Amino acid sequence: MSPRPGFVLEVDRSTPPVLFWHGESFSLERLPEGSRVIYAPEPLEALEDPRAKIRDALETPLGDSDPLRALLKPGMKLTICFDDISLPLPPMRSPDVRQLVIEEVLELAAQAGVDDVVLVAALALHRRMTEEELRHALGDRIYDAFAPNGLLTQHDAEDRDALIHLGETDLGEDVEINKRAATSDLLVYVNINLVAMDGGHKSVATGLASYKSLRHHHNPKTMTHSRSFMDAPASELHSANWRMGRLIKESGVKVFQIETTLNTDTFPSNFAFLQKREWEWSLRDRATFAASSSALSRTPSRVARKIFHSIRSPHAMTSVQAGEVEAVHAVTTRNVWEQQGVEVSGQSDVLTMGLPYICPYNVNSIMNPILVACLGLGYFFNLYRNKPLVREGGVLILNHPTPWEFHPAHHPSYIDFFEEVLTETKDPVEMHERFEESFATDPWYIHLYRTGHAYHGVHPFYMWYWCAHALEHLGRVIVVGGDPAAVRRLGFTPASSLQDAFEMAKDVVGFSPSVTHVHVPPILMADVS
Amino acid sequence: MVDNRVMTIVEALSGKRIFITGATGFLGTALVERILRTISDAQVVTLIRPGRRATPAQRVAREVLKNDCFDRLREEYGDRFDELCSKRVLAIAGDVTRDGLGLDDDGRRILGTCDVVIHSAAAVSFDSPLDQAVEVNLLGPSRVAEAVARAREAAGTNAGTNAGTNAESDTPRSPTHLIAVSTAYVAGTHQGEAREELLTQNRFSLDVDWEPEVDAARRLRDDLQSESRRPERLARFMKAARSEMGAAGDHLLAARSEKLREDWVKRELVEAGTARAQALGWPDAYPFTKALGERALVSRYGIGFARAGDEVPLTIVRPSIIESALKEPRPGWIRGFRMAEPIIVSYARGLLKEFPGVPEGIIDVIPVDMVVAAILAVAAKGPDPTGPDVYQVASGVRNPFKYGRLVELVQDWFTRNPLYDDRGQPISVPEWSFPGRGRVQHQLERADKAMDAVEKLITSLPLRGRQATLSARLEDRRTMTKRALGYVELYGAYTETEARYRVDRLLDLSRELDETERESFSFDPAAIDWETYVRDVHLPSVIAHARVRTSPGKSAVEKRPERSRKAILSPDRHLAVFDLEHTLIASNVVDTYAWLASRHLSAAKRVSFVAKLVGRSPSLMALDRRDRGDFLRSFYLRYKDAPVAQLEEDAWELFNLQLMPRSFPEGFARVREHRRLGHRTLLITGALDFVVAPLRPLFDDIVCAHLGTTDGRYDGRLSELPPIGEARALLLADYADAHGLSLEESVSYADSTSDLAMLEAVGFPVAVNPESRLAAIAKRRGWHVEHWEKARGGSHQLLPLGPLEKGARRTRSHHTSNEHTSNEHTSNEHTSNEPDGTLAPSYRSSPGGRTHVGEMP
Repeated sequence: MSPRPGFVLEVDRSTPPVLFWHGESFSLERLPEGSRVIYAPEPLEALEDPRAKIRDALETPLGDSDPLRALLKPGMKLTICFDDISLPLPPMRSPDVRQLVIEEVLELAAQAGVDDVVLVAALALHRRMTEEELRHALGDRIYDAFAPNGLLTQHDAEDRDALIHLGETDLGEDVEINKRAATSDLLVYVNINLVAMDGGHKSVATGLASYKSLRHHHNPKTMTHSRSFMDAPASELHSANWRMGRLIKESGVKVFQIETTLNTDTFPSNFAFLQKREWEWSLRDRATFAASSSALSRTPSRVARKIFHSIRSPHAMTSVQAGEVEAVHAVTTRNVWEQQGVEVSGQSDVLTMGLPYICPYNVNSIMNPILVACLGLGYFFNLYRNKPLVREGGVLILNHPTPWEFHPAHHPSYIDFFEEVLTETKDPVEMHERFEESFATDPWYIHLYRTGHAYHGVHPFYMWYWCAHALEHLGRVIVVGGDPAAVRRLGFTPASSLQDAFEMAKDVVGFSPSVTHVHVPPILMADVS
Repeated sequence: MVDNRVMTIVEALSGKRIFITGATGFLGTALVERILRTISDAQVVTLIRPGRRATPAQRVAREVLKNDCFDRLREEYGDRFDELCSKRVLAIAGDVTRDGLGLDDDGRRILGTCDVVIHSAAAVSFDSPLDQAVEVNLLGPSRVAEAVARAREAAGTNAGTNAGTNAESDTPRSPTHLIAVSTAYVAGTHQGEAREELLTQNRFSLDVDWEPEVDAARRLRDDLQSESRRPERLARFMKAARSEMGAAGDHLLAARSEKLREDWVKRELVEAGTARAQALGWPDAYPFTKALGERALVSRYGIGFARAGDEVPLTIVRPSIIESALKEPRPGWIRGFRMAEPIIVSYARGLLKEFPGVPEGIIDVIPVDMVVAAILAVAAKGPDPTGPDVYQVASGVRNPFKYGRLVELVQDWFTRNPLYDDRGQPISVPEWSFPGRGRVQHQLERADKAMDAVEKLITSLPLRGRQATLSARLEDRRTMTKRALGYVELYGAYTETEARYRVDRLLDLSRELDETERESFSFDPAAIDWETYVRDVHLPSVIAHARVRTSPGKSAVEKRPERSRKAILSPDRHLAVFDLEHTLIASNVVDTYAWLASRHLSAAKRVSFVAKLVGRSPSLMALDRRDRGDFLRSFYLRYKDAPVAQLEEDAWELFNLQLMPRSFPEGFARVREHRRLGHRTLLITGALDFVVAPLRPLFDDIVCAHLGTTDGRYDGRLSELPPIGEARALLLADYADAHGLSLEESVSYADSTSDLAMLEAVGFPVAVNPESRLAAIAKRRGWHVEHWEKARGGSHQLLPLGPLEKGARRTRSHHTSNEHTSNEHTSNEHTSNEPDGTLAPSYRSSPGGRTHVGEMP
């Protein structure tokens, strides 16, 4: 039976309560009659023999590119870059796609007699990965072969000696990226394309860039002009990266792009009910829901967090394509759309969504309030094409505990951002002008980013810029079940129940508003007409 | 005596030179002011003890003339006030506890020219030690009389019976009139009538010989001084100092234990004074020594009592309890906390639930301006040439004020105008039930003992931060209870006074004044309306002086920390010094060691090793509290033979996985704020260099401990004195000198009494999450306190354990990632054996080799 496409359900009297994520927990909520619930398409079939498919892709590249085998020569300098811990979500079961792809690439390199090979984790300004995380992404074999000899590195956007300035785009944007990668005879980039934004020229132009380069598109102006940044043609973020990517190519950097897509089989079988449509829940689903939610309600949040972060997703590969960046990415985007796209007609006054325990920046960490905002207003809000799911001036209702908690080693600058910046302003433009530079150039944050496992000092600003489009578009943001103090600090309105939140929303959008609920998991992308 | 004649004070005293002792006191200040304001051309000579930093003239300017008593005069005179003072107020150096008053020739000459000497200096405080009370109260009046007699001799005028006929000198002057201020209570509290007569004429008064009392008091002081120096006593003081301050360092502990010794001597002398006084029928040492002082004065210098050459014309004035002014210089004026004020404030704060007394008993209070007026009238009238004269200034007979009424008025007033606690809640005053003194005293003693026990318990607990501050608050309460107990012990007797102090002679004196002066120099107690006096004059003044909260709301309490934080973060500061453990990071050397030592152990072994070590940590911490230096020296021996390179590498992991999650983000933010403000920042810690290496970029400088090395391994010995305890004060002084910084303008942050030296070294000490002892000290000294916490979401791990290594034989390396941080060596060097079961933690170094770090040295 082939997977069913996504669809939009209209809530009527017979509709059972709908699942809402709530951080390290979930609940069933009854939606007003007439509300719409958007369900994602069911997970696509997995590729039968992923290794064989990878080998095929390397042999038959897309666009203007020779097969990888032909590009590998003895004595050459080869650098293999790969996506970091932020992908995929949740982390997938071993073997990770990156391991599969890189093992194939290394096999070809070995056959070709290439012995100057360095691996680079494309961190951009993310935290450095731990040994355990690297082992998980690459497998022990690769790790043990490269790490002890210093050949497994993580991109350092603050190491002046390890960066190279390739020039400026037509619009005066600096392009400064990892020197080893840029000066190699071949740069192979291994992607996991979980959402439409991932991959393409963004892989190198963002993943291997420095702050000097990133600030040209990671700013409030670009983000408010990316509507959405998940939709390439309408995304200024995408355009900036493409300008940079083309400049990188023109500078003579030879990139062999490998992109992979995953299906949305996100949770292991004991959590299978999460992705099912509620009226199709079996007795077993109901039982596991009841058991797990009652168990979770009695579990301290620290423990619950640990349990959830140990989940390894059964995601399976649905496609792999390699070759020239733009040609590869066009195919990838189509594949992502096939898995995630749902057609929706018209906007609504109110949009509701339950936020999970994880976002790209808190893998094995804590989802602090700023990340809650970013996941809701940055990621989920932007998973649209054409128009947002909620009308301009509408209300977004998020369901998340939003605890006032931060990981002190991973997010040190977030703590100070929360205390020093958000207490002064919530306006992305104002904070960009008044505060960004001092955080970005702070030597202590730079030190922690380079030697510890801390996100760069400027990173919390980026999280807030990610929200810029939604902040501008929305009339109000209500967080259900969050820590009221933390929610207010974000500039949002706390509500204790979904019903209260609907009442509050009426102040903004009037009586009997139209409501749309995005059912996650799995993740979906709405094409709103 | 001149009778039936109208006298005016202003005329009689005009142009006279009046010598005053005790001018810095309550009564003395009022005297000086009244004379300056009302008697033209009279000059005031004040006897002032020279201070360490100030001349007598400076002390008078600062401690007398600046007092708000002079506000009225200052207003009247405007710019001419200073001129007035410099013309009419003279300060001479001297001390009533020294023979000859410690006067120099000049002083003696000036004294010889004075017409009136008013001796108002006294040790009035209830906790005066016996020896001090004897020197001031008993011997003081005689010393003044002696000095007067000698000064007159030198000036060529004779005192004595022939004074009136003295016509030899060109400017005939009457002999200097000595007015000695005593107390009505010299007559004791438990008898009927106390008339205005000499004590020798009083049939209730015990005939106590004063000289043996002086000898006994001096002997007792000497005995106690030797007793306090006996080794057992000294050991006890040392122990007490240590339990109070922990490992603060030898010098500070020595200073503290010496202070405890002095306090002990003082306390013993206070007790001895009370005991002796009560044995002879006085409530405490004050009236007892005053009484003997009168006896000594009269017998040695009184006309008709003394040898001819020693005779000085004397008048004794005995006020009862002096309280705030009725009218002059303004209603309610008061200086310092007198007797009734602390009681009233304790009551208003709800601290004193019960105060003993009989409702129908008479509380004998007299406003200060009446006492001043009476003294000036006495001075104007002149001495009785036939012998010493006595006046009492008291209200009990003429205008009795019942204790029960006072209580009613006070209760009523505080019900209308409550004080507020530090949460901004009004405090309701308790109903006074007039219990017997014995019962209250017993209750309070019990409370005091209980709090003693609680405090002992609390300071022995490893409390930090807010909890410790709570215990400091308890300490506050304890001090207050102690004080209340003191009041009850001391003043209880005064509320149960049965004596009636007659004022017939005082009233006669008042009648001698003309109409206007009877008004302007009023001292007839009948003029007091007690209700108005308590409600509108005394209580508002007491409350204004008491620095208590009289309005609701929180603002008043929050202001202080806000202000001190501003001072700390002023751009004027030079240097900010930080301690590390529990000031910036919730960790200690034992945790750190346990983490590092167990890093490469197998799952089973590491837990038991770390648990064992942590189990021992109370005893280790006890050693730490006794002497931090010894503790570090012995503890760091555990690092003997540990490979340097390996530890340096592991320390980064320690920092990222163990220390950062336990850090106080507000603390780190504070360091950086200081840097932004242009202050130099310095970390001083007893932690080891490799442990703090990752913190280097946070500070301008780091001073820490270093271990010696041989062949790439640590030898476990400190290569120099560790920067701990008092060494930090020296180090800071050197550091400040080297960088041209002023410690006065510097801030230091620390959490424990073992860092006391570094806190005391700077002008702006900050106690961070203080443990209970430091919390108590910070509270007492008004230091700024910060409560910094781990980030919510920080580590909650109980045991200091690192991540488990995967597989025993796996090669590992964690700085491979960013090239710039990777250490040169690779992890090949520690691939080999797991330690065997007999040895605890172990660092693997060269292949096959094994070194041990662990086991108690």
